[in-house]
Amino acid sequence: MKFQIDSSPHLPPVNDVSRLMRQVLLALLPGIAVASWYFGWGVLINLVVATLLAVGFEALILAIRRRPVVPVISDYSAVVTAWLLVLALPPLAPWWLLTIGVFFAIVVAKQLYGGLGYNPFNPAMVGYVVLLISFPATMTNWMAPTTLADFHLGLSDALRVTFTGEFPPGLDWDAITAATPLDTVRSGLRLGESISEMQDQIPFGLLAGEGWEWISIAFLLGGLWLLWKGIIDWQVPVGLLAALGLLSAVFSLYDPEYFSSPLYQLLGGGAMLGAFFIATDPVSGSTTPLGRLLFGIGVGTITFVIRSWGGYPDGIAFGVLLMNMAAPMIDEYTRPRVYGER
Amino acid sequence: MTLHKLGHFHGGLHLDDHKAESTGQPIEPQPPGKELVLPLRQHIGHDAEAVVKPGDRVGKGQLIAQPFGDISAAIHAPTSGTVVAIEGRPFPHPSGLPVESIVIAADGEDRWAQGLPAPVADFRNLSAPELTQRIREAGIVGLGGAAFPTDAKLRIDKNSISTLVINGAECEPWITCDDMLMREQASGIVSGIAILQHILRPMETLIGIEDNKPEAIEAMRQALATARLDNTEVVVIPTLYPSGGEKQLIKILTGKEVPSGGLPLQIGVVCQNVGTTFAIFEAIVEGKPLIERVVTVTGDGVQQPHNLRLRIGTPISAAIAAAGGYVEGVAELLIGGPMMGVALPSDEVPLIKSANCILASTPANLRRHDAHPCIRCGECATVCPAQLLPQQLYWYARAKDHDKAEDHHLFDCIECGCCDYVCPSHIPLVQYYRHAKGEIRHLRKEKEKADRARIRHQLREERLAREKAERAARLAAKKAALEKKKAAKQDAGDTPDPKKDAIAAALERAKARKAALQQEKAGKTAQESNESP
Repeated sequence: MKFQIDSSPHLPPVNDVSRLMRQVLLALLPGIAVASWYFGWGVLINLVVATLLAVGFEALILAIRRRPVVPVISDYSAVVTAWLLVLALPPLAPWWLLTIGVFFAIVVAKQLYGGLGYNPFNPAMVGYVVLLISFPATMTNWMAPTTLADFHLGLSDALRVTFTGEFPPGLDWDAITAATPLDTVRSGLRLGESISEMQDQIPFGLLAGEGWEWISIAFLLGGLWLLWKGIIDWQVPVGLLAALGLLSAVFSLYDPEYFSSPLYQLLGGGAMLGAFFIATDPVSGSTTPLGRLLFGIGVGTITFVIRSWGGYPDGIAFGVLLMNMAAPMIDEYTRPRVYGER
Repeated sequence: MTLHKLGHFHGGLHLDDHKAESTGQPIEPQPPGKELVLPLRQHIGHDAEAVVKPGDRVGKGQLIAQPFGDISAAIHAPTSGTVVAIEGRPFPHPSGLPVESIVIAADGEDRWAQGLPAPVADFRNLSAPELTQRIREAGIVGLGGAAFPTDAKLRIDKNSISTLVINGAECEPWITCDDMLMREQASGIVSGIAILQHILRPMETLIGIEDNKPEAIEAMRQALATARLDNTEVVVIPTLYPSGGEKQLIKILTGKEVPSGGLPLQIGVVCQNVGTTFAIFEAIVEGKPLIERVVTVTGDGVQQPHNLRLRIGTPISAAIAAAGGYVEGVAELLIGGPMMGVALPSDEVPLIKSANCILASTPANLRRHDAHPCIRCGECATVCPAQLLPQQLYWYARAKDHDKAEDHHLFDCIECGCCDYVCPSHIPLVQYYRHAKGEIRHLRKEKEKADRARIRHQLREERLAREKAERAARLAAKKAALEKKKAAKQDAGDTPDPKKDAIAAALERAKARKAALQQEKAGKTAQESNESP
């Protein structure tokens, strides 16, 4: 008898990149559902468009690089990138904004660096930051949650807005846009208003902004499911949320009229999505246990600083990208003690 | 029964243990086959030296190869018969490369040799060195898979050790030979432990058994109760691969860690496998050298998985036949378990002392070859029992950055396969580490060789320079002496020297004769030249 020769271990694998990515997508579904409930068809349209764009761009560049296309496309990592980008964008983002964002995420940030596993920066956040810097006005075209809106956009209306920029009669951007909770606070503070004054004027919702709070909670639930399944480790989300929560607690105790509460900070913006889905990207983040904790704390701290004193309403994306740069150094200095090492 | 406080090691895996497949029937002794092949290298250390030659008749248990050096093991004839050849034969290794082996044709009588060491009635009458020597003469090596010569582990330079660890963890899936041995031969194992205690004088003895072997635990506890050994305890440990790794088991049982790059003895621990312990009992109490062992023949690729007691040197094909043969479509054959075993290209290789398991698998149980790029998920680091950063090691191994790899403790990797098994990108991590280790060892050896050559060259240059200087010095001294003599002579001046006058006169005479001769010759030549036209 002749047998095949292989190296140990001689067992079929238990894990799979493609399965991991699909589980991340699955964990995003509750948040997507709630976001669609509050912001309408635009979210779903964007998800579909961005998914097609991401897969298309990836296939194209793989073909140009003469790399096998199907095994890479079927790892679902491009889809995850597309979804994370979309969930950070305004729900009625025009098609060209999506195209540019996805192009920078997939082609520039991911494939030009060598593809999955080789990108030093979080692709979705690169795409997001490019858009934020290049098209600041378009990027603030958020709308009021449907529960507060006095208009209704059906599927065909939303499609038309996305692809042609035309609104149904009687509606335009000015009529439907509304600032996000974090943006509201920021511009309010600039005008010299205090938090308590704003709280009376704008829809703060039950916890932290009408609609936004429930989207955040849905992402939190999805994130906890990922934790429970062992897809992500606790260090990054805990570090990020703890840093953001503690800093805002300390500062809002010090000056409650200028700094919003920890609850508002944690549920009013992209903190939950960032903590469980974005900062946990293993490729561009730290890999040691302690390093991941530091990475999360770093993202949380930078986010708080940008939200409180920076030029942008939210800071998760910048926090993640800045910490991406620090990740190799963090890993070098946080190596765990090896068995038997003195 | 005291409750022992357990330590724990980092990481590890909960694997489907597949033990039940092969524990259904008792260990089945097998008669020796027709031809037995005994490689001279089936242990760690130096090859054994054959002491028989082709044509010799040998009895069962007769020494056929003796240990060479401190770390080496004797080999004995597994049955009676004739030595037919001493030649290179395929060895149970993925390469299938031949190893010098003694080939014995069995005579079917299975007759014990004359003059074997007599059984020892009471081992307490022998000293530790005497017992260790008997163990060496019996050719005993670690039967848990490492095949390190056992006597080398027992020659300690201290009076006593703190802990004797008996390894009955058997953490790899499918393997059950230690389990079955403990169930059936607990009292023999406990006698072996008593012998080890007499040699090593440990303060305590801990027998570590995973909790998925309740029958073995019970049997060992009963045997211990009967034998009444002091400070000896069966410690039930949670089933978690690789708790049977020496370093991991020591951590679990004692809470202590073997120093990186060091030996258990440095922390006062000696670890022996239960199979080895039983072999020690057989060697001392029954006077039998190591000529057979219990082997689990199992996997979804054999018809009747169970444990066999096989002679060392039996062809693997015969072991498979004894287990009912292969199932249709068998694709892989291993020696050892699925996590750390080695694949064999063919079953026409002999069973060696370290082979605890023969595992045949169908394609359903094979690893896949669809590696994707590493996504740095860190799952490998989570499960690593040595608490390494496997993916960093992988990058350094791939980049051949040996310094960095060593800096990240490549050599603390025990090649257990945990990282590889959980890798979502299906990267053959262990293969990378093994390759990098081999490469580094090779480079070290090359460097040593180069260093030696350089030193030799340097010494030669120095020696040549020294010799040259010495010659010059000697010459100078001679010259100086001559000058001095000359000067002394000149100083002595015109005092007539009869000898010198005589020489001068002789010289004068010789000169005159030479001149005359030359003149005569010149005249002759002129004459000749005149005549020539």
